Parts: sequence; C-alpha cells; structure tokens
Amino acid sequence: MNRAVIDLWVGIFVAIGLGALVFLALKVGNLASVSADDSYDLSAKFDNIGGLKIRAPVKSAGVVVGRVSDISFDPANYQAVVVMKVDARFKFPTDTFATINTSGLLGEQYIGFEVGGDPDLLKAGDTIKKTQSAVVLEKLISQFMFNKASESPAPAAAK
Amino acid sequence: MPAIVALLECPIFGVEAVRVPSQYLVELRNVVFAYDATRPVLKGIDMAIPRGRVVAIMGGSGCGKTTTMRLIGGQLKATSGEVIVAGESVSQLDDRALYMLRRRMGMLFQFGALFTDMSVFDNVAFQMREHTDLGPDLINDLVMMKLNAVGLRGAAQLMPSELSGGMARRVALARAIALDPLLMMYDEPFAGLDPISLGVIGQLIRRLNDALGATSIIVTHDVQESLQIVDYIYFVSEGRIVAEGSPEDIRASRDPWVHQFVWAESDGPVPFQFPSAPYRQDLLGAAHA
Amino acid sequence: MLDAPVRVLRKLGAGVVDRIWRLGFAARFLVAVLMYSGTALRRFQLTVREIYFTGVLSLIIIVVSGLFVGMVLGLQGYDTLQRYGSSEALGVLVSLSLVRELGPVVSGLLFASRAGSAITAEIGLMKTTEQLSAMEMMAVNPIARVVAPRFWAGVISMPLLAALFSALGVFGGYLVGVVLIGVDNGSFWSQMQSAVDFRQDILNGVIKSVVFGAAVSWIAVFEGYDAVPTAEGVSGATTRTVVTSSLAILALDFVLTAFMFRGV
Repeated sequence: MNRAVIDLWVGIFVAIGLGALVFLALKVGNLASVSADDSYDLSAKFDNIGGLKIRAPVKSAGVVVGRVSDISFDPANYQAVVVMKVDARFKFPTDTFATINTSGLLGEQYIGFEVGGDPDLLKAGDTIKKTQSAVVLEKLISQFMFNKASESPAPAAAK
Repeated sequence: MPAIVALLECPIFGVEAVRVPSQYLVELRNVVFAYDATRPVLKGIDMAIPRGRVVAIMGGSGCGKTTTMRLIGGQLKATSGEVIVAGESVSQLDDRALYMLRRRMGMLFQFGALFTDMSVFDNVAFQMREHTDLGPDLINDLVMMKLNAVGLRGAAQLMPSELSGGMARRVALARAIALDPLLMMYDEPFAGLDPISLGVIGQLIRRLNDALGATSIIVTHDVQESLQIVDYIYFVSEGRIVAEGSPEDIRASRDPWVHQFVWAESDGPVPFQFPSAPYRQDLLGAAHA
Repeated sequence: MLDAPVRVLRKLGAGVVDRIWRLGFAARFLVAVLMYSGTALRRFQLTVREIYFTGVLSLIIIVVSGLFVGMVLGLQGYDTLQRYGSSEALGVLVSLSLVRELGPVVSGLLFASRAGSAITAEIGLMKTTEQLSAMEMMAVNPIARVVAPRFWAGVISMPLLAALFSALGVFGGYLVGVVLIGVDNGSFWSQMQSAVDFRQDILNGVIKSVVFGAAVSWIAVFEGYDAVPTAEGVSGATTRTVVTSSLAILALDFVLTAFMFRGV
C-alpha cells in the first residue's frame, strides 16, 4: 500500500466524517436557526409554567427567536422565573406579552411573544411584565365538565 | 562517493567513535542478574572483549547467554556489577544517553525481527530515516550498498513475508549494519538455517566485522560453525563462565564440560536428567497418591 | 477448619491486588504514550497511515450497521408512536436516540471489535516477533514510533465514525419512515430540528465518541504492548481488548450520560 493511496483514502474518510457532522449539525440539529453566542437574556414571571422545560423554544409569530435557558422558583411571591436567551437580531417592545402555549394537543410547550406597540425596546436582563400562565389541560377539562354539568339540568327544567 | 563524505560529516560515524580509552570495547565486571531474588540468572560474569574481535558466547539453552547480550544492549539492567560499553557504564545511563549509545550498536535478532509492514528497502532505511537527515537519494545509495553487501540488492522491493528464513536473516543483517555500528551483536544467528545459508551468514559475520572495523558478539549454541569464524569463545553454564579460550584451545580442551558441548554428547557434566527426586520415589509416590 | 474460607479470601485479595496493579501499570503506560506523542504529531504521516487502518477500514461496517440500526429504529419507533397518533415525532425519536446514545455507543463497540482487536493483535505480534525489541535496540522508542500513532489514530477516527453512523442512521430512519411508510416529510425534519439541540445533543454525542475512542485505543495499545509474547498470549490479549473496551464503553456511557443530560 503506497503512501499516495493511503493519503487519498484518509482524505476521503475525514471528508465523509466531517460531512456527516455538518449534516447532523445543520439538518438534524438546530445550529442554523439559533446560535448561542449572539443572544441576550430576558426573564419573565409566571404563576404556573405547566410542563415548560429548559431549552423549550421561544417563538414570535410562530418563528423560533430564542430558547428557555433557566427556570427557577421565586419564594418571595411563589412564582416561577423563566430566563430566556433571545437571538440578538430580534428586539421586542417593553409591552410584549409572554404566554406559555402548547403545540398541538399533546405537543411540547413553548413561550410565545405577542408584540405590543410600545416604542421602547426590551434590553438585556429586562423582565417581561405581562405574562399568561400555561393552560393546564386537566383544569380546562374539569372546568368544561363542571360547566356542562351545571348546564345540562337547565334545559330539563325549562321543559 | 558523496555518500561517504556525508557519512563522515555525520556525528555518529565521525571522530566521536575513536576517543575511548580502554582497549576493550565491552567489559563485564562481576555481573549478577536476577529477575527475582530467588533465581539468579547470572552469578558473576567477567568478560573483556577487545576491539575488532569476533567473540562467541556459548552454552546450553537457558544458561543466560541471551541475558548477557541484553545486559550489554541495555535492555536489562544488572542487579550488581558493571557492564561497560565503549567506556560508559550501561546500567547507569539515562534513557537519552542509552539511546545515543545504541545508535552505535547493531543487533541481529534470532529470527531477524524484520518490520513486517515495511518492504526490505524500508527496513534497511529505517534507522537512517529515524536518526539522520540524509536525503532520499543518499539513503537510496546507502541502502543499496548495505543490501549489496549481503547479496540481496535485487530483493529491495520485496516484503519480509516473501523472503526465506536465510534471506530474512541477511536482510536483518543489512539493517543492523545500516549505521556502521561499533559493536555488532548476534542472537542465535545460525538457528533454523539450512547448511548453505548457515555458511553464508557465518562468512558474512566475519567479513562485515573486518570490513567495518567493528567488534562482534555472537550468542549461539552452534559449535562447529562458530569455531570456524570467531577469535575467542566464552562458555557459560548456569550463570557462570566455565571455560574460555581461542578456537584452538577449545578444540584441544580436556575440560569435560567443554568436551561434552563441543562433541555434542548427551550425558556428562551437564546431566541428561533435569534435577529430580529419585526415580523410584516418583514412581512409587505416584502409586500411593 | 478455617482453611477453605482463608483460601477463598486470599484468592480474592490476590485477584484485587493484581487488577489494581495492572490498572496502575496501564495508567503509567498512558502517561508514557502521551509523553512520547511528539513524534506521532510532528511526523503526522505516521498517524495518517494508522488512520487508514483504524478508520478507513472500519468504514464499511459502520456504514452498513448505521443504516440498518436507523431503519430498525424507524420501523419500531413508528409502530409505537402511531398508537399515540404522533407518528410525526418519528424523526425526533430516531435522531435523538442516535446522536445521544446509539451513534457513539454502537460505533464504539464496532470500533473496539474491528479496529481495537486489530491494533492489539498487531502490536502483540510485533512484540512476539521481537520487532519492538529490535526497534529499541535501534535507538527508536517503540512507544513513540508504534504505539502513539495508533493511539492518536483511534482518538481521531472514532468521532468521525460515530458521526457517520448517526448521520446514516437518521437517513435509514428517513428511508423507512418517510419513503417506505409515508410519514410526512416536512414534519419529520422540522420536528427533528426543533428537538435536537446542537450543543446539548450533538456536541455531547461527539464528546462521548472522543472519550470512547480514547478509551478503546488506550485499552487496545496497552493490551498489545503488555501481551505475553506467545501465540496464546496475543489471542488472549485480543479477546481482552474487545471485552474490556466494550464494558468500558458501556460504563463510561452511563457516567457521561448522567453528567450531560441530567435534569433535561
């Protein structure tokens, strides 16, 4: 086996291996969408975060603009504090409304930004004032059942 | 011709080799060696090997002759006593100094120990590429000179697996002399060779030694071949030197041990039986158990 | 009367002391390999040559098994996911299990049996045929010239092989899930992309494979260098390489996983 042939094969091997890595990074992973280096932190307080997890996406108008980087509990007012890393390219007004949504009925939870009209923009480290907690499915269902239950006798009484 | 000029400029071959005081290249002074404390392999060996000579160390299998060679090469360190090669005490050298010393030694291993993943050419060129900055043209010339000396210039591009035992030994010889060593060591150079190859190797050892002005040590148990080519012989048995002398002395020796060895008698001072309990006791003992 | 238990305890003690002694010896050997790595990295051609033997010659087995593991994951994953009506999550399942676990672990196991055993056998045979001694007598350090290039070749090859394994596995999952069964192409990829994080998943997978590569190469070169120089000794060392490095991969994987994916 002479040197030129070995060099060629090792070159092919390394190229294929690096190609596979690039494929994983760009096509399988999310390297292309959010780079961790260029971001700023925002935080928000929620009464209930439901099943939100670290690394859950932050979306505005359905587009991923950041990731949840930390979740902690604030013992002073019994709220959850969520820290998000938001892509530095995107700025949001101070009256942005942060809600916890669910993608589909059983899908993962994410934070949605609904943008207000304030001319001032949120800076790194700011806290979003207006938030809406996660919709807890069990609560919703029991509410619905309760309403149905209280509704159903009424038509009967009307008869 | 440019090859030789470059060789002389190279520090390994030049002046450095000459400034050693003693007339002996290799000296062993009361050398004791043991792998573990209970079984000493060498029990006090004294040897003095003058420059330019071919010396054989002979003895039965397992008597410590290969160990002696490894002590000289610095692969083992003496438990006590001194091994002096070219004026330097081998067991006291650090790794770097030992490697510098080894550059001036060549060793032929029992079955050649050629690098199986390299061609004959690359095997011989190995040390030149590792230790010198010689260019490819010069290396080519030198390798061809070495291969020519052992008569295998035509086999340069073969792989070791394509060589016969005798040819492999000759290639290994060419590799061992690649850097024109001061001291050549041969570990069982005649083992497993047909009579023709055996004669060829024997003659090569003698001729190369004289041509290079080197000193050679041969470890072997092949008496007849060695008696023809060496200047001096040491007989080792059970870790001690039991006899020494020139080939004439040895042939004429009355010593029963030497006699047994030279004439290949099966019983004598070296008993046929491995040390054991009386025969009767072993047989009856087994019946009782 | 106490003879039997004492003998058992003594045997146990001897076994443990022996193991620990060997581990210490292996650790010192690793230090020596790292210390003498200068040659392997300065004369990189030596290492490139070994990458050919460890990496390039392992390509076929990695490609084929990666593809098949991905295809099986696709089939089995679809079977389970469709019961919950979330067959679109197939891409997530296939890719996460591959980049986090199966890629590094399975390719590590294959690497140990394909390349690791070959390294051990080669070094062991070089020792048996006195090639290492010959090299030492030629004032060339066999650890620098023979062992270190093989070690580094393993460390370099392994992450590339693991990445290739994962990539082909994802492709195999795609073949079965999207092409064969008919999961929606768009949601297969988009769900995968939103679930797989570069830092958290892919990079950690690469780190795992580098660690496995180093562990397997270390075990392989050590067993080869330490082999008893007989035919039996070399075959025993080769077996030990495969067994020890497989166990090491599984144990290391557990430890690394516990550190990397805790609380996620």
